[in-house]
Amino acid sequence: MQTTTRPLLSMSGISKSFPGVNALTGVDFRLFPGEVHALMGENGAGKSTLIKVLTGVYKPEKGEIVLGDTEIRPESPQHAQNLGISTVYQEVNLCPNLTVAENILIGREPKHHGAIDWKEMKSRAETLMFEKLNVDLDATRLLSSFSIAIQQMVAIARALYGSSRILILDEPTSSLDETEVEQLFGVIQLLKQEGLGILFVTHFLDQTYRISDRITVLRNGELVGEFPTATLPKLELISKMIGKEYVELESMPRTGSLSDTKDRRVPYLQIEKYGRKGYLAPFDLSLHDHEVIGLAGLLGSGRTEMAKMIFGIERPESGQCSIDGKKMRIGSPKEAIDAGIGFCPEDRKAEGIIEELTVRENIILALQAQNGVFRFLSPKKQSRIADEYIRLLNISTPSADQPVRNLSGGNQQKVILARWLVMNPKVLILDEPTRGIDVGAKAEIQKLILKLCDEGLAILFVSSELDEVLRVSNRVAVLRDRVKIRELTGTDMNEQVILQAIAHGDENARQ
Amino acid sequence: MQGNSTGRLRRISASKMFWPFVVLGLILLFNLIFTKGFFNLDIRDGHLFGTTIDILNRSSQIMIIAIGLTLVIATHGIDISVGSVVAISAAMAALLIGGKLVLRGDVQEYVTLVPMPVAILAAVGVAGLAGGWNGLLVSRLKIQPIVATLILMVAGRGVAQLITNGQIITIYYKPFFFLGNGFLFGLPFTVYIVAVVLAFTLFMTRRTALGLYIESIGVNPTASRYSGIKPERIIFWVYVFGSICAGIAGLIVASNVKSADGNNAGDLFELDAILAVVLGGTSLNGGKFYLGGSVIGALIIQSLTTTIYAQGVPPEITLVVKALVVFAVTMLQSESFRKMVFGRFVPVASATPQKESV
Repeated sequence: MQTTTRPLLSMSGISKSFPGVNALTGVDFRLFPGEVHALMGENGAGKSTLIKVLTGVYKPEKGEIVLGDTEIRPESPQHAQNLGISTVYQEVNLCPNLTVAENILIGREPKHHGAIDWKEMKSRAETLMFEKLNVDLDATRLLSSFSIAIQQMVAIARALYGSSRILILDEPTSSLDETEVEQLFGVIQLLKQEGLGILFVTHFLDQTYRISDRITVLRNGELVGEFPTATLPKLELISKMIGKEYVELESMPRTGSLSDTKDRRVPYLQIEKYGRKGYLAPFDLSLHDHEVIGLAGLLGSGRTEMAKMIFGIERPESGQCSIDGKKMRIGSPKEAIDAGIGFCPEDRKAEGIIEELTVRENIILALQAQNGVFRFLSPKKQSRIADEYIRLLNISTPSADQPVRNLSGGNQQKVILARWLVMNPKVLILDEPTRGIDVGAKAEIQKLILKLCDEGLAILFVSSELDEVLRVSNRVAVLRDRVKIRELTGTDMNEQVILQAIAHGDENARQ
Repeated sequence: MQGNSTGRLRRISASKMFWPFVVLGLILLFNLIFTKGFFNLDIRDGHLFGTTIDILNRSSQIMIIAIGLTLVIATHGIDISVGSVVAISAAMAALLIGGKLVLRGDVQEYVTLVPMPVAILAAVGVAGLAGGWNGLLVSRLKIQPIVATLILMVAGRGVAQLITNGQIITIYYKPFFFLGNGFLFGLPFTVYIVAVVLAFTLFMTRRTALGLYIESIGVNPTASRYSGIKPERIIFWVYVFGSICAGIAGLIVASNVKSADGNNAGDLFELDAILAVVLGGTSLNGGKFYLGGSVIGALIIQSLTTTIYAQGVPPEITLVVKALVVFAVTMLQSESFRKMVFGRFVPVASATPQKESV
């Protein structure tokens, strides 16, 4: 069917390089009207670069882009938008301090006698949000007052506004919960029928198979191929993405179950009745060395809140905490670090990396903070530490003196991990460490978690992907609506039980 | 070999310090050709005299303030009260030194009201207190730096006048004049003050972890806090240090003009100092900072002013000429502008594709 239609968009022979990296080499890409085309690849495969070329953020060194019948050269995102190419980027690119209506209609505000017609603006924004996305909200409220999921919806609404021919969705679902994903997919189906070409980038394989018609795979900046989704088995897709035979993730060594020995030992970190009104209901949690505890629950269920409370970012109103059997008060990240805890935050860009500083400086930051002002690590010593961890964690960067913002998401995540490993922590809290990174790096990080656990670390692992939680954890705590409702071990630790708990709560835990 | 040397050239020209140096060089080159006697140096009473020495001397106040302000700006802050702090410090020094005519034997002599070191410490101390106020507002109460320091910018002049009781106090005590007018080993004493302040600041930021903390906080305070740094504490002390620098500059001002004028001492210094920092390559967005660049920036401003006077540019258009040169410098520093105008010929730090094979 599609062979008879002409492609809506065809990019051919696109090349683009950056200092030390060939981001794209002669990549082709086609998009037909009314199709959802998934762009797949590992971190650094060139997906983001290809999209940025298409949207005018980067100018390619070689290659041509044909939209409809005419060759185009997008000069800027605005220009691309005018050509009919709309984008929703991975990180929400909106202004949190403006209202929803302003965010959607910025630059194209309805005017009345030259002045902005605020009433019209509000109604247009609300109509758009309701009709296309089925979200009912007050568009005069500040964007920052909504959850990230809603903010993402607003970003999509903004992209949909006007006459788009191509909609690019770069990781649109990474911060949405399941209902919201359903909602989004409904919208995508609708837009498909309208004849839009939709370019979809995601790390969720299941979603790719649910929604896409075709898949283009990139690897190391090169085109691997274009395949109809229906004829490409998942395993084959993964092997094409990582460029080697699929490593059975399931066969990763599980650490031996410690449930039988753990009761006899004093937990390294023990939390009793930590909680704060309106933030997180009081919970107990104990962490032993050589153990991974997974936190499962939907977005907004209190997983991140729990992590932040343990790390001293948010103070509990009640309860107490003991380290190695001794009562301690952890009221700030500094105190948590002194107690041997490390924390990789969920929002890598806003809370994790220091973008303009080098990989080296990012890696030694926590250690230097621990050392204090006057016990300064000389640049030479810093380099030695950084180089060691770059090798150990297989961080791909031209050098340790590269600004960390030049690295791909997965490698930035590894830099933050390195920052904590340098500290020799006893407890590591990992909040969505594999979010927004590809299968290969994901497996690598999962393996690393298990290895660290083997070496004696206690790890608190937060993830929105259930199978990942089950794969690495010895125990799983389930959260629902900011309440820790269950803790599962042994045979109870399976998908059904967890989903049951998340969906219906747990009567036993309420008592 | 070829690749290696172009690589080095690329690194040098991509460095933030490169453009300030080029601009200063151009100004000096211009003077070498067009201003007669610009580089002449005379020796009078064992001291060096000449236009270049004069520029060094005159720019010392802005240099010192700019050094302190560089750190403030690196934390993604700003301090617009430095001019007022100059006035406060000058007033304090004048009040405590003053000068009393006494007879010692047969000779009439001026003596200080309090010993000079005490007066100097008091003046710098008051400046430090002012910085503590700013630091408190910014770091603890989270008031936006421009608003927080605006308070002291306005109130500071009032404080200075309160200290001097609304009068312009004249200083009669000779040894104090040495600070702003004296010579040591042939060079103006102010040059040594700048050197000490610069050396101290460089040491504190590059030989301790302070520089890393400041840059880290300037780029991402949240991530810094999560890494165990205490941003509030660092920011507080950075503002204190910035004000102390302004206080030192205030001493030089008081010594130079031999009086303290709460209204006019240090007037608009904040703007020249901010300009010096920006010309020196430190971004107002915080993060990486360049102390040497700020010193060069102050030199650029002063040599520009001197050049304009030396060229006999009519006073009514001096400011315009100055603005044009400043505009040119900021354009040169803008990566987007360089790319637009020079295309690929000028190596750009992060965006130029690197194709050389090693």
